[in-house]
Amino acid sequence: MAQFNYLNEINSLATMDGPITRGPLQRWAKKSNSENINPLSTSFKNHSNVNLSSCNQSMQKLSISANQSCNNSVISTNKTPTRTEHKKGKKTPSKNKSPGRSTTPTPNKASKTPNKADRFIPSRSNSNYDLCHYMMSRDDDKNEEVPQSAAGEAIGRALTDTEPGRLLQYTCKAPAAPEGYQNRLRVVYSQAKVPSSVKNTTRYIPQAPDRILDAPDILDDYYLNLVDWSASNILAVALGNSVYLWNAGTGQIEQLCTLEGSETVCSVQWVQGGGSHLAVGTSAATVELWDCEKIKRLRVMDGHTGRVGSLAWNMYIVSSGARDGNIVHHDVRQRDHAVATIHAHTQEICGLKWSPDGKCLASGGNDNLLNIWPIAQGQHYSQTQHLYSFNQHLAAVKGLAWCPWSAGILASGGGTADRTIRIWNIKTGANINTVDTKSQVCSIVWSTHYKELISGHGYANNQLVIWKYPVMTRVAELNGHMARVLHLALSPDGTTVLSAGADETLRLWKCFMLDPSKKKEPTDSKAAKSLLNMNSLIR
Amino acid sequence: MSQQQTKNCITLRGSAQIICEYLKFAINSVLFQRGLYPPETFKAEQQYGITLLISEDAQIKNFLTNLLTQSEEWIINKKVSKLSLIIINVANKEVLECWDFNVQYEDGDVALSKEKNETVGSKDLKKIQQEIRDVMLQVAATISYLPFLDCRCSFDVLVHAKTDCDIPDKWAEAKPVEIANAQNVQLKTFSTSLHKMETVVSYKLVD
Repeated sequence: MAQFNYLNEINSLATMDGPITRGPLQRWAKKSNSENINPLSTSFKNHSNVNLSSCNQSMQKLSISANQSCNNSVISTNKTPTRTEHKKGKKTPSKNKSPGRSTTPTPNKASKTPNKADRFIPSRSNSNYDLCHYMMSRDDDKNEEVPQSAAGEAIGRALTDTEPGRLLQYTCKAPAAPEGYQNRLRVVYSQAKVPSSVKNTTRYIPQAPDRILDAPDILDDYYLNLVDWSASNILAVALGNSVYLWNAGTGQIEQLCTLEGSETVCSVQWVQGGGSHLAVGTSAATVELWDCEKIKRLRVMDGHTGRVGSLAWNMYIVSSGARDGNIVHHDVRQRDHAVATIHAHTQEICGLKWSPDGKCLASGGNDNLLNIWPIAQGQHYSQTQHLYSFNQHLAAVKGLAWCPWSAGILASGGGTADRTIRIWNIKTGANINTVDTKSQVCSIVWSTHYKELISGHGYANNQLVIWKYPVMTRVAELNGHMARVLHLALSPDGTTVLSAGADETLRLWKCFMLDPSKKKEPTDSKAAKSLLNMNSLIR
Repeated sequence: MSQQQTKNCITLRGSAQIICEYLKFAINSVLFQRGLYPPETFKAEQQYGITLLISEDAQIKNFLTNLLTQSEEWIINKKVSKLSLIIINVANKEVLECWDFNVQYEDGDVALSKEKNETVGSKDLKKIQQEIRDVMLQVAATISYLPFLDCRCSFDVLVHAKTDCDIPDKWAEAKPVEIANAQNVQLKTFSTSLHKMETVVSYKLVD
């Protein structure tokens, strides 16, 4: 029996602490205290007599009530039974005498009368409080599981739907996303993983634009080419249906032309060598030739069936790429200007560039192809059969740039689904290098002073990135555009890059400035030339 | 918009209309926000005081119209307890995401109902729309924690109906769906005082 005695004693201790923590129950017991009908209050009475059997009973009852009410937080916070006693201290008769305490509202109002005290601690020295607490807290653990499993059930029900009822579906289903469609959010989700291997350079690159110009109504269209900076330091910008000329030297702005009706300008391209002739591609599928000195249209050349989104000059030949996928070579001197027509792409042509030596024409289209066209024998236009057709890009190829210092090196950039810049050696047809930029590549420009290239990007950061060639490590990132960078242009002196963004701003970045200590060497060649050109412009 | 007889009086039919209109915009928002379909196939529309995007795809529009007209009928007759928008990987038919729209039926304005001799609610329409807007903004914000759907996806809507519900033409019974390793996020709820709409998104947790 000894072991039972011990167990009962433990139980009694546990029970003794139990009711204190359950204030509401206790109060309720007090209010109907005249007769001890309630099993709980009975147990309190018996408790003082250390009636073992009834203690056991009360223990059971209490644990059940705890389960029902799930009001465990009170118990779990009370580490020691003595603490509990002090908190609700009114129960000990001695404390009742202090008047300040008695006026404070307590949950246990009846405690003022000492004869109605619900508890009596017989002997503290005999009580094993540690063990008692252990028993209590063990009980708590069990109780805590109840709401958890209830929540689990709720989740399970939400998923598997155990409710009675039928699950119905409409049999004419909605279609799946189109074949080959790629979630545009890919850019957002993978953007953060960009390796910030920004190489330390000795050169200072300003992180903010040198100037910001307004470009209201610039078309936010990836497939167009709306800015070009001439060798005579005049920037041509197409805004909506008009072409504006901004003299970068003087800051003077002139309006060159405005198209009639709802037609828009789709591309602009200056003639090589600092001349004043500008080719303008329109949505009316024509190529217009303008003399910007006289502000006069010289001729209109047709030959396409879709809008002309890309233009490239090679001597007196202007090549135009259009939405119909054709490239037309126009000889601007002849009456029959269309000297050759090539069925180059199956979709819109958005990138078109002649190599600096005029030997190769690169074209990029919305059919994800990059085609290289060799020059026709003895002519300045290309053959109708391509030299290479690269299909490595997974999106429209718009960014195209030939390396100015290394012949046959071409950089190409793909759209949203591709996001890579690829470097090609056209002499061998090899893809020398590929770098994933994690963002749509809208435009690429090579630096003439450094072994670097700069690319303009779209979603999500709308930044410009300077890359070290040939390793293709990031030199710098230029942030500032609020929307994607649509077009890039390099100033004739090679120091400034202009970026046109869909946020209707043009930003000038002095990212290829020459080191003052090294300045002497290049000035005699390029910079002087551009100065000369600027002087010639002053009319 | 809803059938308002007098100010602050929403009939059962009107309430069901509000619910179905919410479902239309919520489903379209999910399709757009989760990038299921190309963004260019969506059209911006002003609703609940915010701009929401609605699919212009004829097949999707047709599917949703048929689904919601039927659902509205069911909601009026208290046959539906839940609609589940599930997002499925086209390649392996795996369910990646599940948007549960739980419909609970409420009593509305009891006093006014007696007067009108039909169940009506008296909640201010402005207040309801405000509540719906809050949910819509939450839907738009979900992309910040929902996993990226890096595959071709399709969607389907399952209707959890009562057992005594008749199966109309072109409808069929479906199997319950399960998401492996699912996480649930409960969005805000709104109520028309006749119907309470609870939106829960469950998604597959990628580790």
